[in-house]
Amino acid sequence: MSKKSSIRGGPISKNMLYTIIFLGACILFIFLADRLFDAFSLRVFNLCAIYIVLALSLNLLNGFTGLFSLGHAGFMAVGAYVSALLTMPAPLKEMNYFLVPIVSWLHHVTIPFLPALIIAGLVSACVGFLIGAPVLRLRDDYLAIATLGFGEIIRVIITNAQSITNGAQGLKGLPRFSTTFAVWTAAGLVVLFMVLLMRSSYGRAMKAVRDDELAAEAMGINVFRVKVTSFTVSSFLAGIGGALLGHMITTIDPKMFTFTLTYNILLIVVLGGVGSISGSVISAIIVTVMMEALRFLDEPINLIFFKTPAMPGLRMVVFSILLMVMIIYRQKGLMGNKEFSWEMFQNVFVKKSKKGGSHARTP
Amino acid sequence: MPEHPELMLSTSHLTMKFGGLTAVSDFNLEIQKNEIVGLIGPNGAGKTTAFNMITGMLSPTEGKVLFKERDITGLKPHSITALGIARTFQNIRLFKEMSVLENVLVACNLSINTGILAATLHLPGYRARESEARRFSIELLEQVGLAHLANENGTSLPYGQQRRLEIARALATKPKILLLDEPAAGMNPQESFELMDFIRKIRDEFDLTIFLIEHHMQVVMGVCERMYVLDYGITIAQGDPASIQKNPKVIEAYLGVD
Repeated sequence: MSKKSSIRGGPISKNMLYTIIFLGACILFIFLADRLFDAFSLRVFNLCAIYIVLALSLNLLNGFTGLFSLGHAGFMAVGAYVSALLTMPAPLKEMNYFLVPIVSWLHHVTIPFLPALIIAGLVSACVGFLIGAPVLRLRDDYLAIATLGFGEIIRVIITNAQSITNGAQGLKGLPRFSTTFAVWTAAGLVVLFMVLLMRSSYGRAMKAVRDDELAAEAMGINVFRVKVTSFTVSSFLAGIGGALLGHMITTIDPKMFTFTLTYNILLIVVLGGVGSISGSVISAIIVTVMMEALRFLDEPINLIFFKTPAMPGLRMVVFSILLMVMIIYRQKGLMGNKEFSWEMFQNVFVKKSKKGGSHARTP
Repeated sequence: MPEHPELMLSTSHLTMKFGGLTAVSDFNLEIQKNEIVGLIGPNGAGKTTAFNMITGMLSPTEGKVLFKERDITGLKPHSITALGIARTFQNIRLFKEMSVLENVLVACNLSINTGILAATLHLPGYRARESEARRFSIELLEQVGLAHLANENGTSLPYGQQRRLEIARALATKPKILLLDEPAAGMNPQESFELMDFIRKIRDEFDLTIFLIEHHMQVVMGVCERMYVLDYGITIAQGDPASIQKNPKVIEAYLGVD
């Protein structure tokens, strides 16, 4: 550490250069992907962006504020439904609501995607605030159980509010607004937002609450308010993520937003490193791509001599095993609670080339 | 002692019962401005419980806590800190994943106090306060002699330095009264003497009033101007160090009696 800080001027501008080049390459890659990828690959690619948003929103709670919440799918559902209802044109709504007609005040509402997306986030944040205010008085496992319960309650309400949400039939034919450009812009903005938030006094307060609630309280931090703020912001991001997901899949129904969805996001967060923004980003991409790449496991496999029957869900077994291995051997996840830095990148390679050189010094 | 004594902190009939156990009973405290007052007593005498009641971590079963004649009983700990009562902990409670500087910066949040959007977007108003907080934190770290370790992880410091960091962190909340819970615990005599000087120094420099719990008799006798002695939650003696040392009740509580 001391060695590095003594020659400050050099490496920092070099790192800035690396970062600018890297970001430029990312943007170029996104443009190329949009042009060159086939429909399926592009879909997976865009799904990565949505999972980045969702993973960061859950990491804000689990990783940075130390609140173990399992109700995330509920907030995503709120976001997805709000955005869908606000953007669907009236004739499409009539087609969807053939059992019970839609309530009149929603019938003719059709607004552009961007305001709808923001409203979706805000409504989700409101729901998060209303749930968070009572639930955040609980701690640890109790909080996890209570949020899990509220997540399910949201889903059940959506299933039963037939005249608003079309109940279990779900909504079909949502406008396909989640373009490559839209989802990656959203992902980029959310990453930027998280980085800035974590560098601000609010981020510090959240980390303080995570590390030691009592000490944080004694340092004049209103712990309860920090928790509610974090929960509300996280719900906002989850709402945005849910809305993007809805407009990508173009069909939403309550069954989509079960605990399994929360579990998938939790998997990304834990694998990437609880409390690491870059970890969540990397892990979101890896897990999303692997989820699709391993899809062949669910199908019948022809091993020449014998054929295995189709086993739907086998790839999830792979992920569960991966999660267990991770928890046993590398509890802190891919990145731990560190952020990616070019020094870290270099260190990994220097260590590899020197082979066991005692270079691993943590500051 | 100032010429016009000003009552900073007082408690009246402060009592804490946990079920059938009375941890502290009828505790009456009076601390004037700029005093250094000690609270001593054998293990389990209820010293930390008294601290917890003053700082709002526990709400007393009976009695009142007054800060500058204002009733602060039952306020939340963070509001009490905001009013100007800061504390350290017996078992050091630093923020584990944070650097030394960040540990102190967290305690500056009271003075930063902007909206979440202003903070996230790093608007000019927030920036000014943030850089002021950084300057103040580094200044504090210089005062406690930890400035050169600002980027180290707080919990990787040696024990004595962690204690100093906790004090720096408490000072960052800009307190008027500082409550120190066993600041010399685990220190050798040399470190304890340094600590005594340090406590006097911060009292003068930050215009503080200090109330401290201590086991080390030397520290208490050396630094405190007055002290209270608790035993089984009951105040058995109070006064200046010399009279406390001679008090038969105190000797009995500490050494036992045949």
